[in-house]
Amino acid sequence: MNLLLAVDVPPISNVTIWGSGPLGFNKTAAIYLFAALATILLFAFGTRRKDALVPSGLLQNTAESGVGFVRNQIIMQTMGTDGLRYLPYLTALFFFIFFSNITEIIPGVQFPANARFGMPLVLALATWVIYNVVGVAKQGPLHYLKNSVIPPGVPKAILPLVMIIELVSTFIVRPFSLMVRLFANMLAGHLILVTFAALSAALFALKPTVVIMPFSFALLVAMTGFEILVSFLQAFIFTILTAVYIDSSMHPAH
Amino acid sequence: MVLLHLLLAQAAADPTKGLTAIGRGIVYGGAAIGPGIGIGLVVGNAITAMARQPESAGTVRTTMFLGIAFTEALALFGFVLAFIISG
Repeated sequence: MNLLLAVDVPPISNVTIWGSGPLGFNKTAAIYLFAALATILLFAFGTRRKDALVPSGLLQNTAESGVGFVRNQIIMQTMGTDGLRYLPYLTALFFFIFFSNITEIIPGVQFPANARFGMPLVLALATWVIYNVVGVAKQGPLHYLKNSVIPPGVPKAILPLVMIIELVSTFIVRPFSLMVRLFANMLAGHLILVTFAALSAALFALKPTVVIMPFSFALLVAMTGFEILVSFLQAFIFTILTAVYIDSSMHPAH
Repeated sequence: MVLLHLLLAQAAADPTKGLTAIGRGIVYGGAAIGPGIGIGLVVGNAITAMARQPESAGTVRTTMFLGIAFTEALALFGFVLAFIISG
């Protein structure tokens, strides 16, 4: 009976309050520490054997295929060859987000750190700063502003309306939606897993309903598999959108 | 049945709490309509493009994920708003 109440959704304050332990260190911070260390160690040890022509070992294979994936699937698809100077940042971003998402399905941890919106906000603001700085540096402040708010080929009559929409969309909605997309996807996935796990336990505890427990449990297993895909996809989408935004600052539409 | 009893008991104790829950449901449900149609259009047309021209599947897939990401942002705003609503 008490198990059913475990499905109760926590209030919004649980999402915004950071840390309850000493110095605000809690599970979320521990997962971020793990993700940062895992990213650093992967590339520190995975890329050390420079002389090896054929990659060998788990670390080197992961590091090299990760760099290759970000280079071919993200940078070459969006920015082209001038974007290759952002390869280190985007690779680190991809692996950091992926490592802090994948803890969602690791038994014993089972919490995606990005379901609290502190770090997605910081990462989105980092993207915002990068694409604005790149835009100002490449095009000059006035040209950058003009290219951002005036899309080519718009009739003069609706230009004022379009300018306001583009201004809000480029400078406010972009970082906000980056943050919300990562945070809400991970929170939603985590809530789905929690709901089906608590439902399985509750159905198991209530004797007459135990016959339908396997269905709930099967869906829990299926959703866990789906969340692996979501963890990867959200890291990919955050990175590729960062690349698209930097590209829109580097190569404005004419 | 048990859940229904619990809900009814809660509604009897505090009628506004039930209204908040209904409001949350309406907010998320309403926010999911448009993006649901939009993602259907994006993915459907991407599949059509891939079936017509399988050699361009890689490019189409990347663009499809971008389109999905932009479209689903609205549904996620609704999801977050449903949490923010408090009775």
